[in-house]
Amino acid sequence: MTPIALRFPAAFATAFALLGLAGCGTPPKDLDVSLDKPSAAGVYRVALVPPAPAPAINQLHSWKVKLAAADGTPVHGARFAVDGGMPQHGHGLPTQPRVTRELADGTYQLDGMKFSMTGWWEVKLAIEGPQGADKVTFNTVVDHPPVRP
Amino acid sequence: MNSVIRLIAALAAVAVTAGAAQTLSRSPLRDRWSPQEVATLSSMRLKEAGPRPADPSNAYEQRTDAAALGRALFNDTRLSSNGQVACASCHSADQQFQDGKPFGQGIGTGKRRTMPLMGAAHSPFLFWDGRKDSAWSQALGPFEDGAEHGANRVRLVKLVQAHYRDSYQAVFGALPQLGQLPDDASPGGTPAEQAAWASMSGESRDAVNRIFANMGKSIAAFERGIAYGESRFDRYAQATLAGDGQGQDVLSPQEVRGLRLFLGNGQCVTCHNGPLLTDHAFHNTGIPPIDRTQPDRGRADGLRKLLQDEFNCLGRYSDARPEQCGELQFLATDDPGQVAAFRTPSLRNVAQRPPYMHAGQFTSLEQVVGHYAKSPPAVLGHSELAQPGEKHADRQAIRLSASDVQDLAAFLGTLTGPVVQAR
Repeated sequence: MTPIALRFPAAFATAFALLGLAGCGTPPKDLDVSLDKPSAAGVYRVALVPPAPAPAINQLHSWKVKLAAADGTPVHGARFAVDGGMPQHGHGLPTQPRVTRELADGTYQLDGMKFSMTGWWEVKLAIEGPQGADKVTFNTVVDHPPVRP
Repeated sequence: MNSVIRLIAALAAVAVTAGAAQTLSRSPLRDRWSPQEVATLSSMRLKEAGPRPADPSNAYEQRTDAAALGRALFNDTRLSSNGQVACASCHSADQQFQDGKPFGQGIGTGKRRTMPLMGAAHSPFLFWDGRKDSAWSQALGPFEDGAEHGANRVRLVKLVQAHYRDSYQAVFGALPQLGQLPDDASPGGTPAEQAAWASMSGESRDAVNRIFANMGKSIAAFERGIAYGESRFDRYAQATLAGDGQGQDVLSPQEVRGLRLFLGNGQCVTCHNGPLLTDHAFHNTGIPPIDRTQPDRGRADGLRKLLQDEFNCLGRYSDARPEQCGELQFLATDDPGQVAAFRTPSLRNVAQRPPYMHAGQFTSLEQVVGHYAKSPPAVLGHSELAQPGEKHADRQAIRLSASDVQDLAAFLGTLTGPVVQAR
């Protein structure tokens, strides 16, 4: 299988967006691809850590979730519901990923991730923790690996 | 506008030149592609599929003696209620291992189009609704389907005992003592067969299931040797990557126009991606059901059957450890998008096997492409395709002219290659 690259939609997407040519397969130019951000209501600070090396298209793989309170203190004992999909193609995730365990204080294992195609994917977490419920949506752009002749 | 076009052309030229400079340039490229398009073309080459992944749920699939037994079982019409139906009846070696009919024709008429066997080893789910999660488990389904082989597992196991004792035992070890068994019994057959099955001891049922599962495992070992070979498209993609302009002549200008539409306005590559031209996932694209009053629920029903299947990856007849059954452990079970969704078929050799879609709804590739150009709403569930004229924040409707449809259909013809079969 071919490894994919998780990238920031950098020069290429930007160039085409500037030309007004953002097509169906091109993520929006202003897409926030930060993998470390406050949750929607600011209750938590959440970071997603992608696997390295990047997995292949259609390969099951795992991410890590780092959960902290707004002040940066790791949050222990939280529960997560995972959702997501491709906004540009009208479908959800091909699997139902789950947070399966807490690896260390505030660091959780997210298993069962799979991307079935390149492009813009959303990964949404609904968080239930000691500080309350909140949610967060991450964007990630799955790209082809470097071309091998 | 002209300046924009010139700028794009300049960007593309720079990119292609840079790419070609990394390899030996044999002749100027006839067709130019952006770096992103080159990456996509690269990912669609058959060789990117790599070796067929091992199936941890089948410990016998790479054994040649299992494959030889599987080949015999695959072609044996005795394994049917009327002695006339074999796997090969619908999966014919001289017809791309399918039958060219809208519905499979065995003892009776099935409800869906027969799928080819090539590429199966790469797919986590099989059948149009993905109700099976391995090739061996898939092979068991038709045996007991009333419209296909119309057989039942006790009768099948007795046939294996009678005709394949030695070759079975050479692969799987001694046949268990089955004792007195009814002639016909199965948990999913006729009411009489179900009653006979219920009357058997748990030990007998388990022994029958084990032999039945092993029939599937040997058939899967045989099917593993059936694969797609390279097509003209693969040679074109390779030539493009190598900066070989003459090599690009393997596709006509019309076929190349079709390829550009495949990657661009046609949006085909969003689901028909990778080396097998499929994402191995399930989508509702508004394909018209055969009977609008009873539309096929597709993946939504397939999920239920998969979870209940005693021959799935987590079942007792699987050779996999639970942690090797990731697709089942992380199965998306409550996605409303699965209603009337069907598995994305591979487009390799697609021009060789009309009719198209899960019930042979379309007789030509032009009709198939025409469906996507129209993107009608779904009769059941919701089509993922943006409807023409629909204002949607993120999705764009597929817009294709009549000549675009012709060009796309011409391109699909370039995906034809040989069917490679292990000897």
